[in-house]
Amino acid sequence: MTDRLPLRDLQFLLEDVLQMKEVLQEGPYADHDVEGLRSMLEMAREMALEHFAPIADAMDAEEPRLVDGKVKLHPAAGPALQAFVDAGFVAAPHPAEHGGLDLPFAVHQCIQALFAAVNSPLLTYAGLTIAAAGLLDVHGSEELKAEWLAPLIEGRFFGTMALSEPHAGSSLADLRTKATPQPDGTYRLKGDKMWITGADQDFSENIVHFVLARLPGAPAGTRGISLFLVPKLLADDSGEYTVENDVRVAGINHKMGFRGSVNTVFSIGENQGAVGYLVGDENRGLHAMFHMMNEARIGVGLCAAALAWGGYRHALAYARERQQGRPVSLRDATRPQVPIIQHADVRRMLLEQKAIAEGALHLVLFSAMLVDRQRVALAAGDQAKAASVGLLLDTLTPIAKAWSSDHGLRASSGAIQVLGGSGYTRDFPVERLYRDNRLNPIHEGTNGIQAMDLLGRKILAKGGGMALMQALQDAIDRGSQEGPQSRVHAEQLSKAVETVASLTMGLAGVAQSDGPEVLLANATPYLHLVGHTVVAWMWLEQTMVAERQLAAGTGDADFLRGKLASARYFYAWELPKTAVWASVLNPVERTPLDVHADWL
Amino acid sequence: MIIGVCLKQVPASDSRIKIDGSGAGVDASDLKMEINPYDEFALEEALKLKDAKVAKKVIVLTVGGSDSEQRIRDALARGADDAVRLDDAAFAGSDSLGIARILAAAAQKEGVGLILAGKQAIDDDNSQVPAMVAELLGWPQVTVVDKLELDGGSFKAWRQSGGGVRDVVTGSLPAVISADKGMNTPRYAKLRGIMMAKRKKIPVYDAAALGLDPASVGAAGAKVTQVNWSEPPARPPGRILSGEVPSMVKELVTLLRDEAKVL
Repeated sequence: MTDRLPLRDLQFLLEDVLQMKEVLQEGPYADHDVEGLRSMLEMAREMALEHFAPIADAMDAEEPRLVDGKVKLHPAAGPALQAFVDAGFVAAPHPAEHGGLDLPFAVHQCIQALFAAVNSPLLTYAGLTIAAAGLLDVHGSEELKAEWLAPLIEGRFFGTMALSEPHAGSSLADLRTKATPQPDGTYRLKGDKMWITGADQDFSENIVHFVLARLPGAPAGTRGISLFLVPKLLADDSGEYTVENDVRVAGINHKMGFRGSVNTVFSIGENQGAVGYLVGDENRGLHAMFHMMNEARIGVGLCAAALAWGGYRHALAYARERQQGRPVSLRDATRPQVPIIQHADVRRMLLEQKAIAEGALHLVLFSAMLVDRQRVALAAGDQAKAASVGLLLDTLTPIAKAWSSDHGLRASSGAIQVLGGSGYTRDFPVERLYRDNRLNPIHEGTNGIQAMDLLGRKILAKGGGMALMQALQDAIDRGSQEGPQSRVHAEQLSKAVETVASLTMGLAGVAQSDGPEVLLANATPYLHLVGHTVVAWMWLEQTMVAERQLAAGTGDADFLRGKLASARYFYAWELPKTAVWASVLNPVERTPLDVHADWL
Repeated sequence: MIIGVCLKQVPASDSRIKIDGSGAGVDASDLKMEINPYDEFALEEALKLKDAKVAKKVIVLTVGGSDSEQRIRDALARGADDAVRLDDAAFAGSDSLGIARILAAAAQKEGVGLILAGKQAIDDDNSQVPAMVAELLGWPQVTVVDKLELDGGSFKAWRQSGGGVRDVVTGSLPAVISADKGMNTPRYAKLRGIMMAKRKKIPVYDAAALGLDPASVGAAGAKVTQVNWSEPPARPPGRILSGEVPSMVKELVTLLRDEAKVL
């Protein structure tokens, strides 16, 4: 039987390739060991299959409803989330001093991958709560933390992020929501928010919204935005949260996918104004929010990779079972039909999905482990190491988000194709996984924005290009000392890296001579080019480990051969695509720049 | 009161069992092991009694080598307070009675006032050990229980006795209760529990520590001898009928009656 969520896929990456034990040796994660973390992953897998997977279709079919101004979720959602909370998954990533377990970020990402692969929309509520608690922990005053942190970490209150407004989605600089100081030190907020996930639901005791708004006289643009904590329910005289704050869900957005997670039009302070508390310093709200951005964007990449992986596992199981047709060399209708996995074109589709999904998972977990390595370095007082790890992390983050979601979606589409007509029906989950995955190139900064962030800010302005080149060169050097396939891939990767290096140099010149408009016009193919190169690097790393384990006779030989085949596929079928992207970057192909709006 | 939970590791229920080369047992090299599912009901019941403050402590009793520690830690992670692993070269080759002697001795050593065990282990399906433990200790026993209530020093247990008949048995503690499916829903471990369980010491008791005569357990004390292990005969392939529906139905009925003899 084909395992829908094989832990081996994650363990191979986490333990064998990424050498997780290195971050467990000292510092914040020293209380953990590989075996204990493995038990946690096992439990997560079991719980994902028993609590999250069975209700995913129903949550998709029966969308959340607005009844008398209150959001009603599918009745199965609350108990499943409660099980997630009770097991300690919301508390786990937080520091032990606040009741958490100091779980490494990479391990928590693996845990989330297991839930996301079967029911991403449900996981979102918990993910937002974890992020909200993290935000409060880092930026909140002691007084605010004393009241609000524990219930968030314990999962009694859930959190949301209220950033966008109807006229200000990608452009947060144009936010209008107002916050007015009150004599008692609180604020009254008024404004309309858009795309707010989980702004209301019927299972947590309370909801804590983190809202971006402007103070009177705040500077225009991003430097005039402050962050506020706005609860759904305020405490009454006896300390019970029974008093309704002035916030209201004005409508539900009916989405293509991710239907189980309610996404709303959220009205703040329609009457007397909603009570809010300032988090962090005045006018530094966006800074506080962006403090979490690497992790949030890695989280989106992870979700995309997990959905691609979940779809792939489903398509694989189907292809092994479904009997259809006969080998092309044996067109004898009296012979029994064969499982479709016997057809090379079906295997090609499966390889494409596997190469993308497992490559993206690797990239996301590698990035997540950089978060952990950065924390370990900071705890050890090694600022230089923390800075160099941080620079590579900053550079890889837009790739982890955008590459995983753009190409992960291609894998999700491939899963439908393997199932044929059945894949296009709601009798199978692959169409839902595709619809769910279609969100990921859009939210948490569209992929177009990620591309500009990568090229303009991370690679050129912050010097991340050099950090990335060094990491790639290091992998090439190591790969060229390993087994035969690793050596071949190291050579191929080396050529791709040369292309990236020379194009990047060229683009640095474009920035000087033609300015940012021209530089960033073709940022998207640049992200694809660098993304494919980075994922080829990931596959080189997996190849090295697989070859070593095969030579040593350790590990499951079929699993390891599957890794080698996927690497071979990626290098033969995917990496050459970089030539096309390179062709529009040097010189910058100007059609998108020159075309007039009226011509389109 | 201290509750002892007898816990055995078994191959995961979806494993493919292979006989080892010598025909003397199962080839365990590639087997994924798990807690015997019926023992999970016993453990859960014990944990519920502890949650309800009826029991003061839950201790896991496992006969097995160091490879069973992971399962013991799983039980600790779910909330068991302590565990002892019962291991001695002299225990090798024990039959059900030998295992029961070891468990009974451990229960006495730990001052256990109630033993909960699965009604059977899903590997050999003998269903003998809990009853033998009760006999050896001279305690009352109820097997295949799906509901249990304790009241001071007495218990009330519900069991299916077949044919839709339900027995309600009352008795006094100490006692041995073997758990059936449906008794409860086993809980998951908590992440914190997994971390705490890693740090717990699991003492290992050998025959001497348990005060057992090595000749009474293991192969030396076994009254049952396993002669040989073999795989069941391969199942004959299924048949797919073809042709027009009415004739296929006719053929199917004939086959069900004459060949399969189910009609």
